[in-house]
Amino acid sequence: MATKKQARVDVKKTYKLFINGTFPRSESGRVFEVTAKNGDFIANPALASRKDLRDGVTAARAAQSGWSKATAFNRGQILYRIAEMLEGRAEQFESEIALTSQITALKAKSQVLDAIDRWVWYAGWSDKLQAVSGATNPVAGPFFNFSISEPQGVVAIAASANFIDFIDAIAAAVVSGNTTVVLVPGSLAVPAMSFAEVLATSDLPAGVINILTGSLDELAPWAASHMDIDGFDITGIDKKKRGALKEAGAENLKRIHAFNTGQSPTRILAFMESKTVWHSVGV
Amino acid sequence: MNFYGLIDGSEKSLVYFLNQLSGVDQVGAESRAAMLATRSIKTTSKKWAIETAISMVDLTTLEGADTPGKVRALCSKAVRPDPTDPTVPSVGAICVYNDMVEIARTHLDAIGGKHVPVAAVSTAFPSGRASMEVKIQDTQDAIDAGAAEIDMVIDRGAFLAGKYGLVFDEIVKIREVCGEKAHLKVIFETGELVTYDNVRKASYLAMLAGADFIKTSTGKVAPAATPPVVLVMLEAVRDFYTLTQRRIGVKPAGGIRTTKDAIKQLVLVNETAGPDWLTPQLFRIGASALLNDLLMQRMKMSDGYYASPNYVTID
Amino acid sequence: MTFEYAPAPESRAIVSIKPKYGHFINGSFVAGKKHFPTINPATEEVLSHIALGGASDVDKAVAAAQKAYTKTWSKLSGKERGKYLYRIARILQERAREFAVLETLDNGKPIRETRDIDIPLVAAHFFYHAGWADKLDYAGLGHSPQPYGVAGQIIPWNFPLLMLAWKIAPALATGNTVVLKPAETTSLTALLFAEVCQQAELPDGVVNIVTGDGSTGAAIVNHPGIHKIAFTGSTDVGKKIARAIASTDKKATLELGGKGANIVFDDAPVDEAVEGIVNGIFFNQGHVCCAGSRLILQESIADEVIEKLKVRMSKIRVGDPLDKNTDLGAINSKEQLVKIKELSAIGDAEGAQRWSPQCNLSDKGFWFAPTIFTGVTQAHRIAQEEIFGPVLSILTFRTPQEAIDKANNTPFGLSAGIWSEKGSRIFWASQHLKAGVIWANTFNKFDPASPFGGYKESGWGREGGKHGLAAYLKTGKETGAK
Repeated sequence: MATKKQARVDVKKTYKLFINGTFPRSESGRVFEVTAKNGDFIANPALASRKDLRDGVTAARAAQSGWSKATAFNRGQILYRIAEMLEGRAEQFESEIALTSQITALKAKSQVLDAIDRWVWYAGWSDKLQAVSGATNPVAGPFFNFSISEPQGVVAIAASANFIDFIDAIAAAVVSGNTTVVLVPGSLAVPAMSFAEVLATSDLPAGVINILTGSLDELAPWAASHMDIDGFDITGIDKKKRGALKEAGAENLKRIHAFNTGQSPTRILAFMESKTVWHSVGV
Repeated sequence: MNFYGLIDGSEKSLVYFLNQLSGVDQVGAESRAAMLATRSIKTTSKKWAIETAISMVDLTTLEGADTPGKVRALCSKAVRPDPTDPTVPSVGAICVYNDMVEIARTHLDAIGGKHVPVAAVSTAFPSGRASMEVKIQDTQDAIDAGAAEIDMVIDRGAFLAGKYGLVFDEIVKIREVCGEKAHLKVIFETGELVTYDNVRKASYLAMLAGADFIKTSTGKVAPAATPPVVLVMLEAVRDFYTLTQRRIGVKPAGGIRTTKDAIKQLVLVNETAGPDWLTPQLFRIGASALLNDLLMQRMKMSDGYYASPNYVTID
Repeated sequence: MTFEYAPAPESRAIVSIKPKYGHFINGSFVAGKKHFPTINPATEEVLSHIALGGASDVDKAVAAAQKAYTKTWSKLSGKERGKYLYRIARILQERAREFAVLETLDNGKPIRETRDIDIPLVAAHFFYHAGWADKLDYAGLGHSPQPYGVAGQIIPWNFPLLMLAWKIAPALATGNTVVLKPAETTSLTALLFAEVCQQAELPDGVVNIVTGDGSTGAAIVNHPGIHKIAFTGSTDVGKKIARAIASTDKKATLELGGKGANIVFDDAPVDEAVEGIVNGIFFNQGHVCCAGSRLILQESIADEVIEKLKVRMSKIRVGDPLDKNTDLGAINSKEQLVKIKELSAIGDAEGAQRWSPQCNLSDKGFWFAPTIFTGVTQAHRIAQEEIFGPVLSILTFRTPQEAIDKANNTPFGLSAGIWSEKGSRIFWASQHLKAGVIWANTFNKFDPASPFGGYKESGWGREGGKHGLAAYLKTGKETGAK
């Protein structure tokens, strides 16, 4: 008996958050809808809450010591591994970006390829930062004095909806040894969470990059006032709203920065802290 | 001997003791000494310091060209440093080679200087390169000739080679020769030990072995009694007192030529070991030219104008 | 007989203090409207009257600075700017003793420190930064980094002239002009510095000095003509400034408070460590943001170190700041003395054991004996709050990691000290301490070539060295970027 072959039903992906290397739903149970340019339903990603943010910070803090103490060579290899993983899934990202944002497929493709190249670029910085930002300081006395740059700790990122900027912000923060909680605006949710899958399958330790999708307006003020966040990249925040975040961040003198240009060591160094050590020199 | 109950006299116990001493940070020790050198000692305190320093001078001649005449002249100077002013105290001691001890002792006794002791450098001074028999004989000769103080040198070669037991045993033996008759000063030649860690180790080694005084230098090697070296030695005697309740004296020698240098030394004593050490029984300065500078500064203070070398006697 | 040091006062004849001062704006002194007295904290003698700058004075100063920036200073080559700074450095060296005496009179700190530390470092700062003026392309900030324009600078009373130098020297070297406000209680050396600017023939308006109190400082912070703020002072005020400029384009560097941990391991060079402890907390009466105000001692040597510390503290000479032998001078103000007394009383109340050597403190002036508290734990307020006085809190630890954990257990992150004779341990500890400046087997050392500044709530940015230049320059086009 011959039966007519039926069209296969797609298996759709459930989009969740990425916290401490796992993919939990929002504790709030909330989701939001992402649609394609033509209005077709794509997904119901998790709408992260302030408690998810809190959990992300906890995970990032726990991962901070290990990540910052990994050798620069090791961090560079892991960042390079992310590029490798991304390369293998380039087409997926191209189609997701093209599907959920307002840019053309051609542009989406170039963004993804650029993003891969960015990871390669940042990976190479891990063991060169000190050569560029450090110094030995010729003080007037019997002391060996040097300055090195260290990661600040936990850096929150309010990413803009642009995939390249999302990558720049994350890579610039983590290459030096910071751990991050990345707040992603809804329109970037689909490629951002696919990127989380890339991270999950690279060698990145859990908690180094935590990704929360949702509303920047809702989450950014909580990040700004969170006393266990050391730095905050607010490039994705509208200019008019930045002042309020900086004001809230003053409570622990958070280092809050927004960037015009993406690919720059300045962006890496902005979330590093210079440490100067004096040693007496004698016999 | 029980070595203050701190060690049993074996090299093993000595090395163990020396190795648990805390290190000395060169930069820190030198900056402390430099800071103390900024102390400004004026008016009444300067007058007191000058007179105290005079009473602490071990007036020294240690030349191949020393003659009885030279030594007698020095003795006269030692008893009455300023012949025009009897209120100036006699110096702490006369310091000579052992063949000059008898001449010095006899002359001092003859000119009313019975209270001025004679110190003899000993143990094949200044290099210390001789057999133990010779070193013992050297010391015995000096004591027999009337020396009340023995300034022995340690075997720096043995010290630098890590043979602490050898250095220790030599001091113990010389201490035995000195017996009750002579005070023992142990010279490290810090300019050859080089590091402050070595100076600290040598200080404890000598104190444990029975030294009455620890002394920086022979005067034949530079650098000699630099303020940080003296600082480290003063810390050692201070801490040794805490351990044993016995006060050991300190004698910087070599390179202290001016009143300013001498006052710096007294400030070091005052603020490191403490005022208890500000007595000729516990602090001496080995010097020759220093005495006249002290006398000139003293004249300036009493007369109100600057002195000239023509008004102080040469040796 | 004991060796008493006779009084050895430095002569104050070298300084001449006017009965009243105005502001220094656009190259000349202009009369103030209201004035307040400035006193010698060692005697409470009124030294002079200082103008209380208001909004209009700040306006004039900012306008002068903007004009000088636009018309002269930004047009001058780095080479020529540098020469002015060299001139200033040389004049400061020539007049060093005068500055030292004046600083001691106005601040209460010992002449030994103003003479041997503050003023030589001031001149060194100008000398160092003078050389940067024509080499900014090589500072690692990209090609041709640009100044911000007018910098508003607010400095504290603990190192009055030194903080002025830390602010003005890099600002001028990088091509900015400045409006500086000295601290309310210590304006005199800043006003004497204005004379140095005149002697150096610095173009009018490049340096403007407006004296006053917190309201004057606020007027500078909030002035729309200021492009960059540089502040050294309390963390509270630092946070206020951060809020005040949050919605502006103003850049800021903040050098704020600290509660520095001075860690002594059991293999430390003990005698030098004791010196370092003393220098860490009693230098400048403990009025030092990077003071080693928490001594963290390995428990196995705690008794020995504390005993030695007490012996050493009994040698500290407290008294007339102008006496060349004084180690600990006067507390800068009555207000600060009250704060030190209050926090020390809290230490007593929380059960820590207070000890001070015998000191004869004068009835006149503001004095506080060098003090240690033993039996302190992290839960004590005196282990958490900055006392900013000669008061040391002593804690103990058992393992190296515990020492680091305690040291880092504070919202501050300015300084820390490590005492150990073991090289690998020093590097390990200096890696793990969260502090901007770490001293290994030394403490409280400063140099214009050495960046200074804190982690966390101790501030933003660095001052000094190559890193300090970044605070005054807009980064040029990056090399290495696309």
